[in-house]
Amino acid sequence: MNKPRIRWHIPVFLAPAVLIYTAVMIFPLFNTLRLALYSRIDQERVFTGLANFQTLFFDPIWSEQFWNALGNNLWFFLVHMLVQNPIGIALAALLSHPRLRFAALYRSAIFIPTILSFVVVGFAWKLILSPIWGIAPSMLDAVGLKSLFAPWLGKEEYALTTLALISVWQFVGIPMMLIYAALLSIPEEILEAGEVDGITGLAAFWKIKLPLILPSIGIISILTFVGNFNAFDLIYASQGALAGPDFSTDILGTFMYRTFFGFQLQLGDPHMGSAIAGAMFAIILLGVCVYLFGIQTRMRRYQL
Amino acid sequence: MIRKSLAIALTTTALTATAAWAEDVTLTIESWRNDDLSLWQEKIIPAFEAKHPGIRVKFTPSAPAEYNAVLNSKLDAGSAGDLITCRPFDASLALFEAGHLTDLDDMEAMGNFSDVAKSAWQTDDGSASFCVPMASVIHGFIYNADAFAELGIEVPETEADFFAALEKIRADGSYIPMAMGTNDQWEAATMGYNNIGPNYWKGEEGRRALIAGEQKLTDEAWTAPYATLAKWGNYLGDGYEAQTYPDSQNLFTLGRAAIYPAGSWEISGFNALADFKMGAFKPPVQNAGDTCYISDHTDIGIGMNAATANPDAARTFLAWVGSPEFATIFGNALPGFFPLSKEPVALEDPLAKEFVSWRGECESTIRSTYQILSRGTPNLENETWGASVAAIKGTAAPEELGSKLQDGLASWYAPQQ
Repeated sequence: MNKPRIRWHIPVFLAPAVLIYTAVMIFPLFNTLRLALYSRIDQERVFTGLANFQTLFFDPIWSEQFWNALGNNLWFFLVHMLVQNPIGIALAALLSHPRLRFAALYRSAIFIPTILSFVVVGFAWKLILSPIWGIAPSMLDAVGLKSLFAPWLGKEEYALTTLALISVWQFVGIPMMLIYAALLSIPEEILEAGEVDGITGLAAFWKIKLPLILPSIGIISILTFVGNFNAFDLIYASQGALAGPDFSTDILGTFMYRTFFGFQLQLGDPHMGSAIAGAMFAIILLGVCVYLFGIQTRMRRYQL
Repeated sequence: MIRKSLAIALTTTALTATAAWAEDVTLTIESWRNDDLSLWQEKIIPAFEAKHPGIRVKFTPSAPAEYNAVLNSKLDAGSAGDLITCRPFDASLALFEAGHLTDLDDMEAMGNFSDVAKSAWQTDDGSASFCVPMASVIHGFIYNADAFAELGIEVPETEADFFAALEKIRADGSYIPMAMGTNDQWEAATMGYNNIGPNYWKGEEGRRALIAGEQKLTDEAWTAPYATLAKWGNYLGDGYEAQTYPDSQNLFTLGRAAIYPAGSWEISGFNALADFKMGAFKPPVQNAGDTCYISDHTDIGIGMNAATANPDAARTFLAWVGSPEFATIFGNALPGFFPLSKEPVALEDPLAKEFVSWRGECESTIRSTYQILSRGTPNLENETWGASVAAIKGTAAPEELGSKLQDGLASWYAPQQ
């Protein structure tokens, strides 16, 4: 018996990815978590254990901001789950309809906003919704609904929902594309077999296609979750780091940015900022775990 | 004494000059004023280099929002320029305490500035000054003089006049009475609260009493400006809640609004854009004849990187920045940024002249939240933004706002506990 040869090609081929990923992802992640355990007192960095987290969760000033940001973030996520993903699925179902004309055109048009920069989207929508120069008030005026117009981005009660819908507009193309791909991979024979049994039209969608694309919907949900809890850019680009009005659009990302880098006269506090980043990491990790172990393992898969 | 230091100065210049035959010394300036790049390259630097052969100066600004972060990382890495443009108060104080800025108290040029001017770049006890004051900005109101003439409105002196004028403009309907929005929040605090406020808390007197813990933000003097701001909401035009800072600037320069709560930094931009006659008036006082107070806010200074390789050349440059020659070039090239030197500077721009003339009539102060009081969490300046917006929108009563700010300040600031 030969002793097993060391298969050198495996570590060699893995090395570049492992090294780069470690240097730019794993190391910074753990270093940030480590940073959260320190505090700066009189120009000295002092190890303070979990004191930063204690401040974040139990100090009334910090915890109020934290829970406000978390609550806003949940709402932001909920709007995406309830609006973006159903619309994405519906669009994909329409696009995959064999008799639809210009499908490629619609597909590109809906997908294009996804590749735009947040800054462009934030700025464009701010202009569209501007009470002074925007086309939204005049368009509403043209159909006699001017009274429905409000300076949405400036009102505490509407600003966050407005921004969430802007984000939905921008990203609806992603669930659409993923579901579209999943729908295309469903073999004709299955649908034809269904037709023979009298399942056509909408019934075919609900009874045959939807169960087959459920795993894709699961993936989309988790991508939405991770994306939303890491969101920052759109809010920062349109409302600034103070996430106005009166912190009504403050989400974890903007809260972390403001704390970490400072803002205006507020000096940056990398240690508290890291604590918030740590909390964000834990929330996302928890969400992903719930999905992976609670949902994905129980999902029924069909061999096509 | 003077003779001696002059001699030293001459020797130093002579020395650097001799060295210069071999190789020019190049000084690099870090700054956030990228708007002023051409001014530095075309006017300020040539004027300096003409007088000081052998020293070359490079102005290398970065974007305002990134400046603090960029500068900090450059200083930590040892790659920052020789001269550092200083933000007022804590941002620069932190640099000094970390050993990045040099103490400049021994420089003769520092004698050209008043204590208020230097206060933005001193340690709390005033024992060390680490930046040469360059410029301040003054708050007030800019108005559309053509619109005022058309509607027959006099420039308001008192608060009653001010609101009567606003009411008249609104009744007429051809202009938005006042161009300001609350979307970006800072205007409400900077051009609202800290613009009209000094008349209520009596400028430096109230500001220092607040720092000393003798007055509280719940006092009448500190909540009354919120009550006045609450009346502004009626005159700000439709949808002001979502109106941004550039929106307000455009509304005013397009001639659609009559009054613009301003900082003097707007002057050069407005001069370029507005095709109507503009004037300025200072924050109205309660009763005719009251002492007026203006916010004459120290905004830009310049200091020396402690790690510079050319300390002598850097000091030569700083001494020149402290001289009347620099003040004249700077003040006229950037109307609205007023030199802080004791010696008055002759300005040419009429609007800038109007602003700077208030220094003679009124007591100067700086923004109430900038010195010491915004060091902790919650940050008083940021909280004031929110409070001023809430006051204008009418979502909270002035007393409520005062007690919220006071609670926040008292939570970390010992003299207020």
